[in-house]
Amino acid sequence: MSDARVRRFQERFAEAIPHNRALGLQMERVEDDRVVARLPWADHLIGNPELRAFHGGALSASMDAICGASVFVALHQPMRIATLDLRMDYLRPTAPDRDVICEATCFRITEKIAFTRGLAHQGDAADPIAAVTATFMLFRDQGGDLGQHLRGSSDPASEDRS
Amino acid sequence: MTLVETIAEARRTGDLEPVVERIPYLQWMGIEMGVEDGAVLATMRYGDRLIGNFVHRALHGGTLGALLESAAVFELLHAGRGETLPRIVNITVEYLRSASDRDTYASASLVKVGRRVANVRAIAWQDDPSRPVASAHCHFLV
Repeated sequence: MSDARVRRFQERFAEAIPHNRALGLQMERVEDDRVVARLPWADHLIGNPELRAFHGGALSASMDAICGASVFVALHQPMRIATLDLRMDYLRPTAPDRDVICEATCFRITEKIAFTRGLAHQGDAADPIAAVTATFMLFRDQGGDLGQHLRGSSDPASEDRS
Repeated sequence: MTLVETIAEARRTGDLEPVVERIPYLQWMGIEMGVEDGAVLATMRYGDRLIGNFVHRALHGGTLGALLESAAVFELLHAGRGETLPRIVNITVEYLRSASDRDTYASASLVKVGRRVANVRAIAWQDDPSRPVASAHCHFLV
């Protein structure tokens, strides 16, 4: 992992995608097939005013984004991807006033599909608040506007796999 | 008024908006709840911050998951299940079509409401309900 790569993902993934920016997602780690991001606590993301817990939708949208990001880092060439399905298990309500750490790994890539899984926690990965499994369609014939934005290079492997 | 009282009042009057107003995330997302033909109709008003792909002007998939989950929650509330907001156990969202930069609608149906758990299906569409953009099934504690 390089700081430059995290910065590039921050600029082109977290900030250039309007809903990711609106959620306030911050990329923290970018590895070969894994990304870690932070969803900062925000009062406007509360789903249960009595528990002051995050709304499930804010968590699943963040995990959707992070799982997709893990596919981008795992792919060897830029291409368009689209979420096929996503399952979230809500393991417990979030504690108030604390950020959520979202981690995702792309563990298998085939010709047409990428498989990912992830966890969300509030500081202790051994005590997660949510688990996710998501699959993505790959459009290998479409260079991928987003992929190119993310990679920022016609030869992404040269930098990203080093 | 407590949330439980707001929910009880909403059931009595059939007006779900006071409950929506208690939930900051729904307000922020532009998600509204109404009742049509006896079932909840959720509307997610288009806003630029819902975009996930700025080239194709497509909505972020996560916003559709949030809309589907919210429609399921309010269908349970509307059906009189539980005093407070139902706790979600899990949700599976299936993405069927790209959703464009306009309002999106969702409705939900209760497949089974047991003693412990409710199974709910939800569907989201834009122009044509017969061409859904996403669907979901979820479990809630009741």
